[in-house]
Amino acid sequence: MYSEKLFEHFRNPRNVGEIENPDGVGTVGNPVCGDLMTFMIKVKDDVIEDIKFKTFGCGAAIATSSIATEMAKGKKIEEALKISKKVVADALGGLPPQKMHCSNLASDALRMAITDYLRKTNQIERIKELGLEKELKILEGEETEEHEETSEVEEFLND
Amino acid sequence: MKGYFDYASGCPVDERVLEAMLPYFKIPGNPSSVHSQGYQAREAIEKARESVAELIEAEPNEIIFTSGATESNNLALIGFALRNKDKGRHIITSKIEHMSILNPCKFLQKNGFEISYVPVDKDGIVDLSFIENSIREDTILISIQHANNEIGTIQPIEEIKEISGNIPLHVDATASLGKIEVDIQTLKADLVTLSSNDIYGPRGVGALFVRKGVKLHPLILGGGQERGLRSGTENVAGIVGFGVAAEITKKEYKEESERLKRFRDRIIENVLKIENSYLNGHRERRLPNNVNVRFSYIEGESLVLSLDMEGIQASTGSACSSKTLQPSHVLTAIGLKHEEAHGSLLITLGRYNTEDDVNKLIEVLPSAVERLRMMSPLYRRR
Ligand code: FES
Repeated sequence: MYSEKLFEHFRNPRNVGEIENPDGVGTVGNPVCGDLMTFMIKVKDDVIEDIKFKTFGCGAAIATSSIATEMAKGKKIEEALKISKKVVADALGGLPPQKMHCSNLASDALRMAITDYLRKTNQIERIKELGLEKELKILEGEETEEHEETSEVEEFLND
Repeated sequence: MKGYFDYASGCPVDERVLEAMLPYFKIPGNPSSVHSQGYQAREAIEKARESVAELIEAEPNEIIFTSGATESNNLALIGFALRNKDKGRHIITSKIEHMSILNPCKFLQKNGFEISYVPVDKDGIVDLSFIENSIREDTILISIQHANNEIGTIQPIEEIKEISGNIPLHVDATASLGKIEVDIQTLKADLVTLSSNDIYGPRGVGALFVRKGVKLHPLILGGGQERGLRSGTENVAGIVGFGVAAEITKKEYKEESERLKRFRDRIIENVLKIENSYLNGHRERRLPNNVNVRFSYIEGESLVLSLDMEGIQASTGSACSSKTLQPSHVLTAIGLKHEEAHGSLLITLGRYNTEDDVNKLIEVLPSAVERLRMMSPLYRRR
């Protein structure tokens, strides 16, 4: 069901762990199956210098965390934001449909960590420019996270 | 099959069974035909019927061959309900039955029947007083599994029978057959589901024991095979295989269960040494081949994959590994929270497990758990 590439990342996940005094932290929970993912970043000159993750979830969740952090490392903020769930899934050679929500988790955790960094460095204007208002609201606790697929899956489950 | 600990999901066919089956793939005869080739097929089926009947101390004409436990459960529930709806429309079952019981119940509910779902305690034992209180004048059937396929808990069927008196009782013995005694005389059940693959017979075959006098409506209509209860030309080779598997089981299961029980107890003892690990299901009233444990802070699918990398195959009740992304209904019913069910690991032993397998499992499991915990945001190392 999983690709070789995914297994490789699951076997040897990159960037596992935590960063001391991170510049940004993003934690997202998976509303579908109840998992948890935390990304921590260190930023210098607008570049993600270091990134670490911790994940409580399935094989796909661990592998997507690994590859997303690998892709984000060394990238400029704007570039890193292009790592969408689709980019993550494609990089792993595709994911089974019921596992797509796990790749959401990785790109969301990355966006949250970046937003957290921008917030802490008072770059509120950029948050708006980069379309991260929703993430900001979640960080400030005004909104609980929402995932587009939630309602669909819930409908299916409650049927 | 080295390192295979997923016998509840599927068993290999025993070599002896396979050998006995092979000639029957070549016999062209339809068991219903009058000529010699047809007769040969018919004979073989009747011999298998005797073997299966003998295994559970039933009469051969009380055994109906089906395509497997799922069909047997459907026939027992829906077939019984359709035929006996004039007597009442209330059925009692438990919350931890197999989906091939629960989904037919759902179907019946949509079609004018009422179902009471008996809760279980934290070890998975059905609430007897709930059963007693649920019984009504229009209760036509009680369906309770003999043992649970996930947590291995064995139900007090005889006590249920005492409580329910002469209300017909269906027992799904899929998980218990060949592991513990399944004897119609002591169980006093009226309908019993049996599966071939779970006793190392081929897939695609099962049976339903139907006590004399119990009336069912067939679900598959046609040429009237299996006393009209299950039409369709018989799966001769499959049925022969089931028969031989039943013979072997009858002879060997006690010794086999003793051996697996020793393995089971060693595994449980060792696994529980891992910190924050817990046993799911009853410690004593448990199938001899079942270990179901859970580990805090980690998720089961990733644990199964980790073990697979080490050459160990097992299973999990985690939401992440199910099609619906819901945790196992059995684990939920014994009161586990979503995140507790998440870290569950199901290890089921079988005929071909060796001491070496068990040693290997005990050796690799702690480090697999530790590796995932180091990745988990929920885990804080002391
Ligand atoms: S994290 Fe639960 S399915 Fe992937």
